[in-house]
Amino acid sequence: MKAERKPHHGAGAMADFTVETLAEDALLLRFGDGIDMATNARVHATAKVLRHANLSGISDIAPAYATLLVRFDPLAWDGDTVGETIIKTLDPGFRRDDEQKPSKRDVSRVVEIPVCYGDECGPDIDAVAEHAGLSREKVIARHAAAEYTVAMLGFAPGFPYLLGLDAALHVPRRATPRTRVPAGSVAIGGAQTGIYPRELPGGWHLIGRTPLALFDPARKPPCLLAPGDRVRFRAIDADEFAWFADRDT
Amino acid sequence: MTIEVIKSGLLTTLQDAGRPGFAHLGIGRAGAFDAPALRIANALCSNPRDACALEITLLGSTLHFHDDAWIAITGAPIPLRIDGVERPTWAPVFAAAGSTVELGVMRSGCRSYLAVHGGFDVAPVLGSRSTDVNAQLGPLAGRPLRAGDELKTQVVASMASNPVNWRLDPRPWFPEEPVATLRLLPGSHFDRLKETSRKLLFSEPFVVQQDSNRVGLRLSGPKLEFGQPVEMVSEGCVPGILQLPPSGQPIAFGPECPVSGGYPRIGQVAAVDIARLAQRRPGDALRFTPCTFDDALRALRDRERALVRLETGIAARLTA
Repeated sequence: MKAERKPHHGAGAMADFTVETLAEDALLLRFGDGIDMATNARVHATAKVLRHANLSGISDIAPAYATLLVRFDPLAWDGDTVGETIIKTLDPGFRRDDEQKPSKRDVSRVVEIPVCYGDECGPDIDAVAEHAGLSREKVIARHAAAEYTVAMLGFAPGFPYLLGLDAALHVPRRATPRTRVPAGSVAIGGAQTGIYPRELPGGWHLIGRTPLALFDPARKPPCLLAPGDRVRFRAIDADEFAWFADRDT
Repeated sequence: MTIEVIKSGLLTTLQDAGRPGFAHLGIGRAGAFDAPALRIANALCSNPRDACALEITLLGSTLHFHDDAWIAITGAPIPLRIDGVERPTWAPVFAAAGSTVELGVMRSGCRSYLAVHGGFDVAPVLGSRSTDVNAQLGPLAGRPLRAGDELKTQVVASMASNPVNWRLDPRPWFPEEPVATLRLLPGSHFDRLKETSRKLLFSEPFVVQQDSNRVGLRLSGPKLEFGQPVEMVSEGCVPGILQLPPSGQPIAFGPECPVSGGYPRIGQVAAVDIARLAQRRPGDALRFTPCTFDDALRALRDRERALVRLETGIAARLTA
């Protein structure tokens, strides 16, 4: 018994991936096995092309760190056919000229997220500072200085896993996870940083909180962030936090 | 028309065919765990196949109907009483205005479906009326029913009010089986299991644990081990995945499973058998038998044809 794995080594930066059959209605395109920016960027580039191609019968195109999940209607399609269609769609030789030119929408957007760091908004900031051997102010400055990429959303609706954390701020997860992390908490877990869209249990270190709603099912789109977006954090004080919170309720 | 919840039952949720299209935002599909049972209940109420119905778990609800309604129960066998009188399941049944519909304790299986003519009228959330309890998403803010809830149904042309004298044979759709043998497709990390574990996966029974739910069925059986530890980062997940955490005890994913996960996948329950997975209750046993993707897809499409035939037949009977 063996999972079907079809290597595809075509031309172009995106084309080098394997197609793994996950289920009767799901394929996993694999670009790598680890967490790194370059692999993740290829996942997002591929997702973008497949979304624009608007292939019929495909319902979900969901990026993860190094893989892209594709779900389709198993009554209309089989995995082999979908896999071949995807390969053709991604192969520059099969694409029409107008699809090869980079357009404005191919440039990922930058979303600025205001964060109230430390104190009750970020109860673990001193623990992070101690681990990093930095002052609290330096931790804030370094966290807010970086530009991050939304590698994927998961864990809960709208929870972004962000790549790009300053190596000095990498901190192992808490020994004992919290049963309740407040909505909007900005946290560090290992080499990643993320934002809790609602109150959830969690083992990451809480360094701040954003007043923005990461997820609202009544909003279009429901999530503040999409896979592949770039993110910057901006430090705000408690007054500005309250102003945002008032505005959004 | 209005239906009042008197007793919620153990875990009763509003479900339709699910919420596709949002996996990239970390949002799963949810939807009826036993999808054919939902479709048949809807067919018996002259509803579209994906209309919203109740998914009932182990212990039934008690509902007060303020208006006349046609209802149908499918899925696991459960006693149905209307104003104290026993009524058939797997058939359209009339509940008069003012009547109390009482569902008892399931004799076997784990999930029953109650559809009402017109379907439950709740506002769709991201295109679906399915409840995702784990993600707190869907109608009723993603929570199960509770006593005091008032549910509305869509007002549609009423069904013929003549009582029917037939009921469907549930056996093709709810096999009474002490041990369910589920077809298992190869998972990405199956080959990484020790040879002894690969054999045990198919030779030994697994028992469904108490802490199982719509996220997944936690199974207890022989300890399964990898030759070398599998290091992996979070990857896409779908219902039916048989995941092996470090405990060595597998978890079979259900409709509320996370959209991504970082534990190895040793198998994938064939889509055609997910309805039977849905009907395993804590304490029930199941076995796995190997299956190819081609055979699994053929079985799924055969079942779809049988379902469509059944739906067409029911529609013909209801309009006769």
